[in-house]
This record gives sequence, C-alpha cells and structure tokens, in this order.
Amino acid sequence: MSLAATHRISSTTSWRWPRWSHARWLSPVALLLLWELGSRTGVIPSRVLTAPSAVAETFWSMIVSGELPANLLVSLGRAATGLSIALLVAVPLGLLSGLSRWGETLIDPLLQIKRTIPVVALSPLFIVWFGIGETPKIALLSVAIVFPIYLNLFAGIRSVDKRLVEAARSFGLTGWSLVTEVILPGALPAFFTGLRYALGISVIMLVIAEQINAQAGLGHLINNARDFMRTDIIVVCLVVYALIGLGADAFVRTLERKTLAWRPSLVEQ
Amino acid sequence: MVQPRLRSRPLKVISNAAPPPTVRLSGFTRRFGDNVVIDGLDLTIAPGEFVALLGASGSGKTTLLRTLAGLDPSQGQDVTTPDARAVVFQDARLLPWKTIWRNVALGLKGKDIRARAEAALKEVGLGHRLDAWPATLSGGESQRTALARALVREPALLLLDEPFAALDALTRLKMHDLVLTLWREHRPGVLLVTHDVDEAIALADRVLVLDGGRIAAEERIALERPRLPDARFHAIRRRLLGHLGVETPPVQAEGALVVFPTGEVVL
Repeated sequence: MSLAATHRISSTTSWRWPRWSHARWLSPVALLLLWELGSRTGVIPSRVLTAPSAVAETFWSMIVSGELPANLLVSLGRAATGLSIALLVAVPLGLLSGLSRWGETLIDPLLQIKRTIPVVALSPLFIVWFGIGETPKIALLSVAIVFPIYLNLFAGIRSVDKRLVEAARSFGLTGWSLVTEVILPGALPAFFTGLRYALGISVIMLVIAEQINAQAGLGHLINNARDFMRTDIIVVCLVVYALIGLGADAFVRTLERKTLAWRPSLVEQ
Repeated sequence: MVQPRLRSRPLKVISNAAPPPTVRLSGFTRRFGDNVVIDGLDLTIAPGEFVALLGASGSGKTTLLRTLAGLDPSQGQDVTTPDARAVVFQDARLLPWKTIWRNVALGLKGKDIRARAEAALKEVGLGHRLDAWPATLSGGESQRTALARALVREPALLLLDEPFAALDALTRLKMHDLVLTLWREHRPGVLLVTHDVDEAIALADRVLVLDGGRIAAEERIALERPRLPDARFHAIRRRLLGHLGVETPPVQAEGALVVFPTGEVVL
C-alpha cells in the first residue's frame, strides 16, 4: 500500500498533462494503434485493410526492391512534364491578358470557357486523340493546371498597387522595365498562390490520369494491387500520394521564402 | 526644353534678363467632365525658389502637382516644366520588393548607381540602412528614403505632395529641418503642397492659396530661417488662414493686448 502511495505522489510531480499545442499527434497515433489492434484481433480482415505494421513492412520492402522509387519517378516525371507545359502555356497567356486590355479581351473568354468544362470529362476525347500512351496523361495534367496558374497571374498583375506604378513612372520607368521591376514582382505572391493550387490539382490529376492503362507509375502499382487485393500496397501508394502533396507544398514555401523575403510577415521573423 | 511661348508679356522677360523660370504655367485649365478643377491658373517658380501651395481639399492642389510632375496630360496647354523633376508622395511609395538603396536607384542610368544611391541615403541620415527592406522602416525613415530617391536625380524641380502629413509632430519638425538643409545644398525649385499653414510659413519663400482652381492669395515670407512663431509669423498665419476661410484672433507676443473680433480686449 505504502509503495503505491509513494508512486502516485512521484508520478503527479514528475508527469504533467501535455500542453494542447504539443498534443496534436495524439489522436492520429491513437487511431493507428486502434487500427493495429483491430487487425491483430481479426476485427479488421487484411483483405479489407492491412495492419499498419504490415504496411510499413511492405513500404520498406518496396523501397529496398526499387519497385517504389522506380514507379514514383515515373509519376513525378509525368507531373513535372505536365507542370512545365502548363507553365509554358499559362504564363505567357497570363502576362498578355494581365498587361493589355486587348489581351484580356481576346484570351480571357477562352480560358473562362475552358474552366467550365470539367477536365476529367475530356479524358475520353484525349484517349481518342492521343491513344493510351503517355500523351493523354500529360495532356490531362497540363490542361487541368493551366487555369489556376493563368488566373492567379492575371489577377496578381491587375492588383499591383497603381500608386507604385505611377511613382515608378514618375522616376522614368517605362515599358519593359516597368513590367520587370514593378508589375511582375508585385504579381509574384499571387503567382505562387496559383502554383500551389496547380501542384495540389496535379496530384489529383495524376491519380486520375494514371487510371488510363498505366504501364508504370503509382497508378500502375495501385491498379495491380487492386487486382491482387493487396491492400497493403494500396495503402503504401496512398501514403506516397500524401507525401507528394506535402513535398509540393514545401517546395512552393521554399521558393516563396527565397523570392519573397521582402514581405512584412517574413521580414519580422 | 525651356521655350516659353512669347505670348504673354514677352518684353518683361527679356528686359529683366532674369534666368528663365523653372516652372511656368499660363492660363492653365483642367477639367474632369463638366467639373473645372483648375481655372485659368498662372504660376511661375523661379530657379531655387521654395513655393508652398495651400488649399482646402478639392481646391485643385493635387491636380496642379500631378500636372507639374508629368503624371497628368497637359497637351495643348501653356505649361513649361524642367525635364529633371522628382516627386515625394504623401505615402512614400517605396517598392517593397527592393532594398532601400535599390529603391533610391530606381530608374537611374549610368555608372556608379550604388555609389550615387548610397551618397543620397547618407545625406538623409540612412547610410546605415542601405540593404534594409522598406517594410522594416518607420514612417519617417520611409519619407527620408523617398526624399533621397528624389534628390539622387538632381532635380531642377522638387515636388512635395503633403510628404509630412502622415508623420507624428516630432518627426515632422525633424523632416522640416532636413528638407531645408537639402534645399540649401541642392537649390532645386520646390513646390510643397500642404494643408498645414505653419509648415508652409516655416519653409517657403512664397505661399500660394489655391481656391476654386485659382490662386486666391499670395504671401511672400521675408522672415529669416529658422522661423520662430513670433508676432510677424502670427500675422502672416492669420492672413493666410483668413484666405482659407478661417478667422482667428490676432495674437501678440509677450503679454501685449489681444483684441478679439468681437471687440473684447484681453491682457
């Protein structure tokens, strides 16, 4: 009895309830533990969902065997190609539309029409046009992310502070130097917002595009795993998709930190 | 560039053999739709002259300044301004994505741009903040940067659009001293647009009161600088306020009689 009493006293002094701000990992970990428990006791059959420990094991073995890195590279390559093409199309269109009223009049209606068509609905057409190789996958990705990049760049250019433009003009800046020194830097934060949206959408479009007869890539892995009812591989791929999303966000944040060092919120840090 | 049209009183210009004015407006009119903002205004600013422009809101002060700055079109009107002119705006209008010295160097061409910007910033007391971001500056520091950005261009005409209006009283006094020092050093013609009668009297050679798009009054300030608020200062102040529609009792220094408009006399 006395031992238990001593223990209780020492535990109240040495162990404190964690602060709420440090405890955000508690509920996810609890969920994982419940899931593991459910799998071990047979409440969750492995053909429904494999235990987290088994998923981790599969994850590791897929990395070691090179299966996951190879397919991940294929998927990332598709995303990068799609993003590059989208940037090559959307940035000039956004610039033309943002910098000239004529550009806006001619370009903006087309992109607004394009926006109203769900990109996923274009996939049958793309398959008819481009077959079932790489082209339709990359086309779907590009078409889906052209709009957020275009729109945010356009809005960013149009929302540049007119008073700054006027001041720069009074100091002799005209034409191209006005664009590069005042308008584009002013539009950059909005451009990054568009880029962040675009990266988020590109992950979604990757999943959809890779449903089209993929011979490699994360979508290929998932499709195969579905055929063999390998829920562990499916969960591994889901985790990888989530990691790609996180990585994309971190990528844009780093870009922003490097190029927008002047912003008040970043300056104060 | 300075080719005043020999239309109005050409003989006077020639016979005086005075240097051509820095600014010359003659019969200048500006309207927005049916609204006449400036109505047949005549104005000259001599080289190195410090002119203050007073007026209520909507009197056309800013429109006049924008015309002189070349920000508003003045085609077909008799307007002569120098090419070398620079504006300091009420809000400093620094580009937030350029460091201080790059803001000062904005639009400069030629060699040693950084050295020139650095020299200008040292003159306004900001030599230690060359690489700071504008977002880290105080209001006074921002306006000093804007002054440096104007002066680095060695303007023949310096346009100040209520540049001290947003500053606290103490900073404003310091800025007055700085502007006077820089003006004596570089001798540009200055047009200061302001609401503040005391500021106008403290700084300018000549104060103009703009009302209804015309110059309603003109007051030459012959007081030596620095100008203390003595009896002469107050007399000018009272006259200018009168032109602006504000009646004030005459104030006399050092215990003299104060006579109110009502006839009341206070010791």
